[in-house]
Formats: sequence, C-alpha cells, structure tokens
Amino acid sequence: MTAFLAIVARDIRLAIGRGGGIGTALGFYLIVVSLIPLGLGPDINLLARIAPGVLWVALLLSALLSADGIFAADEADGSLDILSMSALPLEAVTFAKMAAHWLSTALPLVLLTPLLGLLLNLEGAAYPTLLLSMLVGSPAVSAIGAVGAALTLRARKGGQLVALLVLPLYVPTLIFGVTSVEAAQTSPAGAAAPLLILAAISLASSALAPFAAAAALRARS
Amino acid sequence: MGAKLTFDGPFSVELSGLSQRRGTRMLFSSLDLSLPSGRALLLTGPNGSGKTTLLRTIAGFLKPLSGTVTLSGAGDEVDLPEKCHFIGHYNGLKASMTAEENLRFWQRVLASDHAGDARSVNDALIELNIEHLADIPAGYLSAGQQRRLALARLLLSPRPIWLMDEPTAALDDAGTRLVVALVDRHTAAGGLAILSTHLPLPVQRGTGFDMRDALREREEAVG
Amino acid sequence: MTDKNQTLTQALANPTRFMAFSAWLLPIVAVLAAVVLAIAVYMGLNSPVDYQQGHTVKIMYLHVPAAWLAMGVYVAVAISSFGLLVFRHPLADVSAKAAVPLGAAFTFIALVTGSLWGKPMWGAYWVWDARLTSVLLLFFLYLGLMALRSSIEDETEAAKLTAVLALVGVALLPVIKFSVEWWNTLHQPSTRMTSTMHPSFRYPLLVHALGFSLLFLAMHLKAMRNEILRRRVRALEMVAANRPTSDAAVLAPRTEGAS
Repeated sequence: MTAFLAIVARDIRLAIGRGGGIGTALGFYLIVVSLIPLGLGPDINLLARIAPGVLWVALLLSALLSADGIFAADEADGSLDILSMSALPLEAVTFAKMAAHWLSTALPLVLLTPLLGLLLNLEGAAYPTLLLSMLVGSPAVSAIGAVGAALTLRARKGGQLVALLVLPLYVPTLIFGVTSVEAAQTSPAGAAAPLLILAAISLASSALAPFAAAAALRARS
Repeated sequence: MGAKLTFDGPFSVELSGLSQRRGTRMLFSSLDLSLPSGRALLLTGPNGSGKTTLLRTIAGFLKPLSGTVTLSGAGDEVDLPEKCHFIGHYNGLKASMTAEENLRFWQRVLASDHAGDARSVNDALIELNIEHLADIPAGYLSAGQQRRLALARLLLSPRPIWLMDEPTAALDDAGTRLVVALVDRHTAAGGLAILSTHLPLPVQRGTGFDMRDALREREEAVG
Repeated sequence: MTDKNQTLTQALANPTRFMAFSAWLLPIVAVLAAVVLAIAVYMGLNSPVDYQQGHTVKIMYLHVPAAWLAMGVYVAVAISSFGLLVFRHPLADVSAKAAVPLGAAFTFIALVTGSLWGKPMWGAYWVWDARLTSVLLLFFLYLGLMALRSSIEDETEAAKLTAVLALVGVALLPVIKFSVEWWNTLHQPSTRMTSTMHPSFRYPLLVHALGFSLLFLAMHLKAMRNEILRRRVRALEMVAANRPTSDAAVLAPRTEGAS
C-alpha cells in the first residue's frame, strides 16, 4: 500500500510544483474559453446557451494537454523502468499515476469552471449540475487520457497523436456530461439518467484503463 | 557488513537460447549463460555490441526474440524483476526533489518483505559520501553526484541481483573505487552482480564476458 | 465472410500454408465478388424508384453496405488484435494491419455516399444525424489506428500498441454509438435515414452487401499476402545486413566466458 501511495503523492507534488503541468492546463482552459466569445461575438444570450458544451469541450482539451505528461517524464529519466521493478504490479503503478493526474489536474480544472462560467454568462441554475457532471465524469477523463499517453509514449510527435487517439473516445463522456446539464434545465430529475450513465463510464474506464495502459507500456522494445 | 539477502542459499540466473535484436540488427542469438550467485559478471565490448540490451532483457524491460531468462534455486513463483536492482544510463531522479526525498520515494516503491535489512536513507547517503547533499534538489547536483545518488538506491532495499549499465559513468576515481567496494560486498554476501563496463574494474569474484563472443556464436548460427 | 477468414487462419497459422491456401482462394473470391456485384448493380438499376426520393434512394445500395462493412471490419480488426495479444497468433498482426486501411476506405465511402444521399433529402451535405455521426467517429478511430502504427519505429511494438488501441476502441464503440443516438434524439428527433424499407429494396441491398463483403475478403486476402511478402523481403534484408564481413576472422581473442 505504501508504494502505491508514494507514487500518488510524488506525482501530485510534481504536477503542482514548479515545472509541473497544472499551471499550463489551467491557463489553457481559461484561454480557450475566452476565445469563444471572441470568435462568436459577445451575444450573452448565445453564450449562455452554449456555455455548458463549450466548458465541457474546453475541459477535455485542457485535460488532454496535460495527459501526455503522465508517463513521459518518468520514461525520460529512467524512473519508469525502475517503477516496473517494484513488487507493485504495473497495473497498480498506472492506476496510481492516473489517480494522481485526476487529483492534481482534472479536479482543479473542474474547480476553475465556475469562474469560467461567469465569462460565458452561464445560467445560475445550471451551475450545480454542470459541476456535478464534471466531477462525475472527470475520472473517465483522466483514465482515458492515461491510456492515450501510454500508447503514444514512444511515438513520434506523441503529444499531438494523443489528441487524435483520445478525442473520439471522449465523446460519450462529453455527450452525457452536457446533456445532463441541458436535461436539468427542463426538470431536475431529468439529469439523473445521463449522470448515472456518466458515473458508469467513469467507473468502468477507471477499472479498465490501468490494464490497457500497462499492456501498452509492456509493448516497449 | 552486508545486507542480508532475500534468498537463503545459492541461486543462479540462467540465460537459455536467448536472442535479441535492436532495430534490424541481431545482437546476440542462442546465448546460453549460467550466472551463479556470489559472483560478478563483467560485460565488455564496443558500443553497440548489445551490453545494454542484454541487461535490459534480463531486467524484463525487453522481451527477447526467443529464449528465456530464468531464476533457479530460488524457489518457484519468483518474479525476476522484483529481485533485481537496475542502474541504467539514466539515474531515475527528479530534479525538483531533494536527494533525500528521491531516495525516500524509491525506498517506499522498492520495499520488499525483508525491509528490516534495508539501510536507512541517511545511511545510504553516508555510504556514498553524499550525506551533505541530502537537502539539495537533485537538479543542482553534478553528474557524478547524481550518479552516486542513483547508486544509493542499491542500499535501500536488499535485492539479490544487481544489473548495472556502466555504473562508473561520470564518476571520479574515488567513485569508481566505491562502486567496486559495493559490488565486492554484494557478491561476498552471496549476491549476483551483472555489470557492463568500458574500463577494467578490479572486482573480486569477477568473470568477464565479451559481447563479441555472443556475436561469434551468432555468426556460427547464421553462417 | 470475415468469420470464414478467422477459422481458416486458425487452422492455417503457418504463413507459408496461408500463402499456399490463399493463392487458390483469392481468385475464386475475386471472381465471385465481381459476379455478385454485377448482379447487384443490375438489381439496383432495375429496382423501383422511391416515391419521395426518386433515383437518389439508390445511393443507399452503396451507403448502407459500406457502413455495415465499416463496422464489421473494425470488429475483425479487434478480433485480430485479440488474437495477437492473447494467443500470439502469427498471422494476427498481418490480418489487422491489412484490414485497417480497407475499413477506413469503406468508412470514407459510407461518409461520402451518406452525405450525397442526404443533400437532396435535407438540403445540406451534413446534418449530424445519428448514423452519419457515428460513422464519422468510427472514421476517427480508424485514423487513430493508422496514425499510431505509422508513428512507431519498431514493428513489433507498433503491432502490440495498435492492438491495444483497437481493443480499447471496440470496447468503447457501443458506448459511443449509444451516446450519439442519445444526443441525436435529444436534438433532432426526426432525421433517421433508414426508416421503413420496402421489401423490394431489401433484396438488392442484401446482394450489394454480399458483393461488398466478398470484395473486402478478396482485398483483405491480397493485402495479407502482400504484407507477408513484404515481411519476408525485410527478413532477407536483415540477414544480408547482418552477414559477417570477411574481416570477421580478425576478432579479439576469446575472453574467459562465464560458465
């Protein structure tokens, strides 16, 4: 247990510390959201209508930006090799790194969302459901991002390739995240179904991603 | 005073019919070696002869093209990588963490059941003569100091097999002597060390193996 | 169709036997495909004209089988990937690698024909209906597989990584389709391309589907044969590159080997 927690703690520290990815991810989130009104015009009614979708898409892109680093730094300095020699199975190592990414990057992105909602004139009543949907869906974001990171670890232009591979896989999370907010606007109970499906997706991907990521890491040669 | 190892009694690492390639080049083919405990194997040979690849194959990072690497005499159901320490080209250090924090992390990750026989982080730093660098971020250390910090990992957890790829790289004479002393102590306690090196290293209980002999075996197989 | 491919390769895991077996199977399948497609075209041209859509409904004969094949080939890729990772079947990667571009091509045909079909019906080339959007996402999955394979130097590594990606994709594919359906019914309740189909359309459609499947099988066999030949050439090149030069005799004397 202590090896697992040591990996989680270290990865969180590295992500938050100087040179870690968290600042860039948060900054990217802010900038992308700000681009939308610049591109579409400051019609605040239009912005209010599209805000849930825009925020979700921007969140996914920002998380994707940072997912690349989940394994890259450890591969570069030889730590990944040594981690694979721990008594901890490789699946546990990848799960620890996924969990650290969720805690250190995905969650802070979700917590920044209310502020960005103000920029887009998000409807007041939509805030709780939007945040809830992002909280529920964020494990899937980290999990699927980690699988993409593991697959592209040794690829040329790995960072760009991750986006191409992972974005189609994010579609269900995106759809159920956004539709839960839209459903809540007509009736609060209407959000239950998409939120439950989103929770199922998060649980399933969190459980399966460590195995896929470990399989990808083992393919090294 | 050596750390007690996790095996009682002798063991050996058996390479059987091992073949490996790098890109399109065959490095060695049908390699058969028996590496008994209590000895140090020195891999020599020019750059590109496969020393690093052989070490990485034994460590389990690379799957061989054919053949097996097994541990015998250690009881069944033993996972070879869990019984190895690996010192590679890279040091496995995080620049923003202090020397002590780096070692503390590896101690937790590489802990084994016989943790009681492990050296404390402080003792390990002292042994490698870098205890004065304990609170300095690893990124500020010189190349030689970082190498010593990487080697300190060997003492944090008692593992019977040491795989070392050019362990003396970036080290001065004193550092090289230190590596030899560590390896001697390890083999005296019944451990096995496999290291690749460009320089002659005066280790005790050492045997040399030139990777070009693996090449020769391959030529005989091909031609 | 693809099922026949799988059980036969299981029996003929040896690439040499596969080459021998496909050498006579391929022409037969190719001729069959040509014949069936000819029949299909004849049936299609003579099938009745839809009272709403006129002749344009016949794009469906291309679009629907292409979409079916796009899905089916992906499943075949996933099965091959499973064969590689779990059974280490020697032909599994050859099969997957050969199938992916073919599947991507069928997906592209489905997208283009779907778009052309939709223009007269709805007035726009792309209206984000559920089926076309799912096919678009499937196209992205194919692109991802091809991009990943081409960006990894080592062939063995590329094989395993694309296999993992294919399995991840096939696991998520039902979820993706379901989510796109969900999304579509919320936003556009009425644009469904394949509503009730008159029986006189059904038979030509099935014949088209059979013809395209045979076409895929023929192309897949051919592509697998090409891939096996390519790997043989590469292996020969490797042997030639590693052949010792005449200076080999002048090696350093043998040091004491560990025994």
